[in-house]
Amino acid sequence: MSAPGGRATSAPLLGRDSEPSLFELSAPGRRSASFRTNDLPEWPIAELVDAEYRAAEPVELAEIAERDLVAHFTRLSHRQYSVDLGAYPLGSCTMKYNPKSCDAAAVMPGFANVHPATPPSCSQGWLRVLVELEEALCAITGMTAATLQPAAGAAGELTGLLLMRAYHESQGERRTRVIIPDSAHGTNPASVVLGGYEVATVGTNERGGVDLEQLRSVLDTDVAGIMLTNPNTLGLFEEDIVEIATAVHDVGGLLYYDGANLNAILGIVRPGDMGFDIVHLNTHKTFATPHGGGGPGAGPVAVDDRLADFLPGPRPVRLADGTFGFATPPKSIGRLHSWHGNAVVLLRAWAYLRLNGGDGLEQVARVAVLNANWLREQLRQAYEIPYDRRVMHECVVSAHSLEKDTGLRALDIAKRLLELGFHAPTVYFPHIVDEALMIEPTETESPQTLAALADAFLLVANEAREAGSADEAKKAPRTTPVGRVDEARAARHLVATFDHRDHGAH
Amino acid sequence: MTAAPFVPHTDAEIAEMLSGLGLSSLDDLFEAIPHAVRLAGGLDLPGHWSEADLNDRLEELASANRPVGRDLVCFAGAGAYDHEIPAVVRSLASRSEFVTAYTPYQPEVAQGVLQAIFEYQTMVTRLTGLDVANASLYDGAAALVEAVNLAAAATGNQRVLCSAAVNPRWRAQMATFARGSGHEIEIVPLADGVTDWGAIDQPGGQTTAGAVVVATPNYLGCLEDVATARETADRLGARLVVCFDPVAAGVLKTPGSQGADVVVGEGQPFGLPLSFGGPYLGLFACRLADVRRLPGRLVGETVDTEGRTAYVTTLRAREQDIRRERASSNVCTNETLMAVTAVIQLGWLGTTGLAEIALRSARAARYCREALLEIDGVEAAAGAPVLREFALRLPIEPGLLIERLTGEGYLAGVVVDEGFEGTPYEGSLLVATTERRTRSEIDSFAQAFDKALR
Repeated sequence: MSAPGGRATSAPLLGRDSEPSLFELSAPGRRSASFRTNDLPEWPIAELVDAEYRAAEPVELAEIAERDLVAHFTRLSHRQYSVDLGAYPLGSCTMKYNPKSCDAAAVMPGFANVHPATPPSCSQGWLRVLVELEEALCAITGMTAATLQPAAGAAGELTGLLLMRAYHESQGERRTRVIIPDSAHGTNPASVVLGGYEVATVGTNERGGVDLEQLRSVLDTDVAGIMLTNPNTLGLFEEDIVEIATAVHDVGGLLYYDGANLNAILGIVRPGDMGFDIVHLNTHKTFATPHGGGGPGAGPVAVDDRLADFLPGPRPVRLADGTFGFATPPKSIGRLHSWHGNAVVLLRAWAYLRLNGGDGLEQVARVAVLNANWLREQLRQAYEIPYDRRVMHECVVSAHSLEKDTGLRALDIAKRLLELGFHAPTVYFPHIVDEALMIEPTETESPQTLAALADAFLLVANEAREAGSADEAKKAPRTTPVGRVDEARAARHLVATFDHRDHGAH
Repeated sequence: MTAAPFVPHTDAEIAEMLSGLGLSSLDDLFEAIPHAVRLAGGLDLPGHWSEADLNDRLEELASANRPVGRDLVCFAGAGAYDHEIPAVVRSLASRSEFVTAYTPYQPEVAQGVLQAIFEYQTMVTRLTGLDVANASLYDGAAALVEAVNLAAAATGNQRVLCSAAVNPRWRAQMATFARGSGHEIEIVPLADGVTDWGAIDQPGGQTTAGAVVVATPNYLGCLEDVATARETADRLGARLVVCFDPVAAGVLKTPGSQGADVVVGEGQPFGLPLSFGGPYLGLFACRLADVRRLPGRLVGETVDTEGRTAYVTTLRAREQDIRRERASSNVCTNETLMAVTAVIQLGWLGTTGLAEIALRSARAARYCREALLEIDGVEAAAGAPVLREFALRLPIEPGLLIERLTGEGYLAGVVVDEGFEGTPYEGSLLVATTERRTRSEIDSFAQAFDKALR
């Protein structure tokens, strides 16, 4: 056959041929789509759209039979690691199991097919879910009110900073700086700048916490607030949190809680009780909404009394007569979403909270912390442990001396783990640890999975020690759909669409 | 021992692990937390439910909603449309390999998601007529915010001239973000439903800008003259940002071919359920000259050690985790699963299918608009040409009409209010049609509409 077309074969599976692109599978004249019979007049397009607006030719997409479409995306799915397949110990990502019952909720037509402009009289079920979720998030964080509009954690961060700004402005103040520890996630400084503030960085003390003396030395009335992740990205609880909160509040600043690591403290301690004023949550971490290969997420932001009037609006509320409607807070910073937030993601989070209940959430935190500490004790045999004290939900180990002695880098360990059947941990973060491996097993991995994961980590280190070289790991991964990928070439010779292929984009 | 439904550990296993750590209880793990701040008495939340209990409650709540369908025929749009979603798209997009994957940080085990994004990027560049597209943003509004940030950074100019016919909720979000960025947003008024670019020529007014923003079809459904917007942008030294409707792209000239520098849009029509407003999909494309300011993730093609085609996120130096406070965007998690869904839907639609849904939507709009304009007291809110959505002036409050028609089985449209205060369009009704609307649905809708006005 001369036409390219699709071939329904499993050949491009693990470690063999590449999967052709959708455009190579296209054969002119082939189609999948069909539509409702509508009995409408068949006006030609020329009668409906003036020539000045109209395209001469339709945009070329791809022409594919439904059977080949299925074969293509099924083959792609076989070239993809996922939580459903195995452990995903990425630090600070909280890749826990995503309950199927929450998936089932997400596709119920009574939720999925509701138009966002449906009047409240016809969307009471949705509004109740959103209000109940807000109430549950406030109970978990120790806050007064929350917005569900931000579509992801980074959007939540920016929302929090805009709330901080609006609050200070309402006090007649124009503060200029926000403090961030040097161990913070990259989204924090980026969000601070988009919030119109300058970043002031504070260092880490020898116990892995915020350097309190250094913090005090940078605090003044220009400081709008501090953004903290607690437990921090080293997996350590900020022991001085009460002193930090007092010091920041004493200069009129606010405390922002980055919820990336909330899983560790569910039901144990609440950000509000630690002194935080603003909290963002990642439902796609803590509340098990699926990550989707990089979204969708949801990043609700909860605040205390002082900030509730500034929340984005319109927001779902309980009305005096017991029904549900919308209201905009009096000093609202405005909209953060076109509609009501990533509602279906929020529905999944609501379902997850119901399935766990208050009692289950506490157990989630306890076992997440148990798993991280147990795994860390196993890894101690072969890896260095910086800031050696009890960790919370994740641990950071270093391959510094392995690298020095054998050339085995954190990146090589990551790639070798892939061929041993595990997703790699987060590597080279936090930046303050050399050759860092940041590992978060989560509470949903069994002791047997943890033991196998520990064995894999130890095997990689020990084989390098025994050989006195990192040769074995440098060749990895060999059992994955493709071998080690040439990232430098991708950046140097940009091919970001199929149409760039022949000539490159440059 | 407390029950947590998704924790596999037995009590004996927990005891064994604790003993290995030299601890006697789970609470010993939390010794670093000061007692003064710990939560006494546990969370103030109900106890856990079984899946069966959850399902009962979900059924009850779902029945308090009115989804669109046979019992509530959808004529509402305003950025969220009732398009066909075939079984093949729902099935493929719900494969758990796509649903439960993380961001593709390890490309060797993420080729499935990476290749799907690469194909999605290709589709978006073709639809927009631009060079590069990112891996997605949260929704159309978020894409507009990022486009304006790109334009301001690229030109070093924070003045934004935005058409009053850009989706008002997107404009509101842009205004919220401007509180942080300091962008100065000026709204350009309309004349008969389309942007009156001449209105900005005030004597002694500013002669430069960073961004000129126009939507076509615009919020009122009218087709805009992109060439005039381009001339305006050229005169002011601004980037031209065009908000487009990706379904209309099936029949209209691409924004890129008409001079757009950045094109953004709402990708919900490509296989995403209405979902009470999210998760949706922000489409974003720009010219190659601006690729180093592209927000979010970008997938590029490369090879592996054996020379096989492979995909990887690229130009990573732009991103927040590397650039930190020097980053021009904080986007991290985006909307990958929605992009994967969209490329599957576009594969199903194909070249002819996309053109066909645009044509069918436009035919339904013509038929519906003519039928509604027959009704006494109903007038067009704008005279400019429309494609698949249109605004009507009614003799009664549009909110009242919408409430009445839900009782008759129709979601009649969306009220034009927020963002149009004090304009001739305030209080009009925005009506949209898709390829799913039939002649008999429209005939019955027009009858019910007439009755509801009396």
